[in-house]
Amino acid sequence: MPVMSYIQAVTQALREEMKRDEKVFILGEDVGKRGGVFRATDGLYDEFGEDRVIDTPLAESAIAGVGIGAAMYGMRPVAEIQFADFIMPAVNQIISEAARIRYRSNNDWNCPITIRAPYGGGVHGALYHSQSVEAVFANQPGLKIVMPSTPYDVKGLLKAAIRDEDPVLFFEHKRAYRLLKGEVPEDDYVLPIGKADVKREGSDITVITYGLGVHFALQAAEKLEEEGISAHILDLRTVYPLDKEAIIEAAQKTGKVLLVTEDNKEGSIMSEVSAIISEHCLFDLDAPIKRLAGPDVPAMPYAPTMEKYFMINPEKVEKAMRDLAEF
Amino acid sequence: MAVEKINMPQLGESVTEGTISTWLVKEGDQVNKYDPIAEVMTDKVNAEVPSSFTGVIKEIVAQEGETISVGELMCYIETEGAGEGEVDAEEKGKEEGSAETKEDTKKETSEDQPMKKRYSPAVLRLAQEHDIDLNQVEGTGRGGRITRKDLEKIIESGNIPKSGDARAEKTAAHAQKQPEPQAAPEQAQPAAPQAPSYPGDVEIPVTGVRKAIAQNMVRSKQEIPHAWMMVEVDVTNLVEYRDSIKNEFKQKEGFSLTYFAFFVKAVAQALKEYPQLNSTWAGDKIIQRKDINLSIAVAKGEELFVPVIKNADEKSIKGIAKEINELAQKVRTGKLTQDDMQGGTFTVNNTGSFGSVQSMGVINHPQAAILQVESIVKRPVIKDGMFAARDMVNLCLSLDHRILDGLICGHFLARVKEILENMSKENTSVY
Repeated sequence: MPVMSYIQAVTQALREEMKRDEKVFILGEDVGKRGGVFRATDGLYDEFGEDRVIDTPLAESAIAGVGIGAAMYGMRPVAEIQFADFIMPAVNQIISEAARIRYRSNNDWNCPITIRAPYGGGVHGALYHSQSVEAVFANQPGLKIVMPSTPYDVKGLLKAAIRDEDPVLFFEHKRAYRLLKGEVPEDDYVLPIGKADVKREGSDITVITYGLGVHFALQAAEKLEEEGISAHILDLRTVYPLDKEAIIEAAQKTGKVLLVTEDNKEGSIMSEVSAIISEHCLFDLDAPIKRLAGPDVPAMPYAPTMEKYFMINPEKVEKAMRDLAEF
Repeated sequence: MAVEKINMPQLGESVTEGTISTWLVKEGDQVNKYDPIAEVMTDKVNAEVPSSFTGVIKEIVAQEGETISVGELMCYIETEGAGEGEVDAEEKGKEEGSAETKEDTKKETSEDQPMKKRYSPAVLRLAQEHDIDLNQVEGTGRGGRITRKDLEKIIESGNIPKSGDARAEKTAAHAQKQPEPQAAPEQAQPAAPQAPSYPGDVEIPVTGVRKAIAQNMVRSKQEIPHAWMMVEVDVTNLVEYRDSIKNEFKQKEGFSLTYFAFFVKAVAQALKEYPQLNSTWAGDKIIQRKDINLSIAVAKGEELFVPVIKNADEKSIKGIAKEINELAQKVRTGKLTQDDMQGGTFTVNNTGSFGSVQSMGVINHPQAAILQVESIVKRPVIKDGMFAARDMVNLCLSLDHRILDGLICGHFLARVKEILENMSKENTSVY
């Protein structure tokens, strides 16, 4: 089984889907000849040509709008927003049109678009290149938000997103792009959207997280295991709609739950996860539900010290996990 | 220099509070570690509290006569060198098992300590589902908090501490131990109506032994349906026998040979033949005790203690007399230990020593009966068709009518009477 990086898994999934279905096409800024600023679409322009890998103007609302229109007419567009921070001009298109069309048309229309966007900090990207935007979309029924944590999940979930009959936001952590490597099968496999995944079995504390947070939690768990603390780690994978069943099961497993996100704390995905747990697991809880998240300040600062303060990292996760275990 | 706390130690497993009877030190006194600093009276026993540290008594917080809970602050002591105090405290904790909890309390900051009784929903649910007595669970969480995992481990091990268990075990294993103080007070409450006091009245706080007596009596009378019987015994021969050897005995053994020892012996012997009276009511069953441990009541001033002569059936009259003497001595000097008062299965009460000729004793809960030995008095009785001056004594028996009926008790009393009336120089040896 080949080992590939997180971003290679993105490219691989795109390539396979484009090969499989000629309705699949890519549009976005610099995705064509340049192969994307992160090289996610590297080689696809040469392989599939300019008609299927389309460079667009710097107009996110157009990228989304064009993609939505094409999707409603039966195409399978994969739109790339160069940085998730830039998605804001497209929010109206995504929420008002893509998310609503099936409901609004009473199932006459649907919109099978996938919108990919790199998100997340810790790369000295500062304000406009570091943000997490999932919470903006996470109360819009009609949308699905997928945020994978491993190369294996990236391939399986991106393929699932492309094949999904409804709009999917696919957020990739940009720091994970070349940081995380893993085995990815060559064959055509699809992972279910809306299903969380237990990344580690444990009995003392439960950590629920997604994206890069999973990686940090796994690192911390390994260290803590030497101290005799056994951590159960649930990777949400899809942050909207949430896999309630898996969340409840994971929370009930240990009764001590730590929720980790690098997004701003208040109103984050984890606020909803916490609400689900408190609604369903009161009599299993052995400790207050804890959240480790970014501070409630507008965006990731540029100064390295400040960025470090803002970002979650393995040390912070480890400390929070130990603290909960000792409670 | 560091200021340490000395808290009320745990002076017995079910003791929850103690009354400071006397401070043996005053503020400013230099004390060594283990020096007694105060006398404390609890429901069960009077004890001296040793100092946990070497240092100078800084402030006495609990005053004489004050009743404070176990673990509550008694006084502050100023020690030399902060670190050393800590080490000492640790050592002491190891040496004295009972003091350990106290030391822990001190070591852990007070903000951590309350976690012991902070239960999470999960812990409460598990405790309820599996009937776990959380008081008996050792918490491994922060500040001694009991974690869900602690309970899961207990459940898995199958060794579940149940509240019911603890009580049954207590009654079964140490039948004669005092009733649990936690159960008694609620029952004692209704019996103590608010009485007004008038100028010149003296209000005496009910503490320590008095409180324990009150609780035990209320409990006994509330739980046990008492019935009474009395027999008259002619102990002329016994009196004659005892009078003839008492001086010699005293000289030889160094303590007096009392009549009471003969009565205790006779009762022990009869109990062996009628074990029904040597038992305890345990709800759905009656537990007949194998050992014959006789509680005897010993008064001291305003207080009444009930020490136990263990395995009285195995002892000679001299042995019993000696033990009565020793126990009475201990009561008088306040040296009676909790152990001395445990395990009684039947009570023999020497009411005759107060001149009483008839009384209705309250059963020493949870025993089945109590026998009151009244005064021996010379009375004219008809013997062989003639008046004769005989030494007569009444034996009054109170019985738990749930366990016992008149028939069996009548047999028992008749047997005691028979044994006593046959005690004489010719056929009884005190050795």
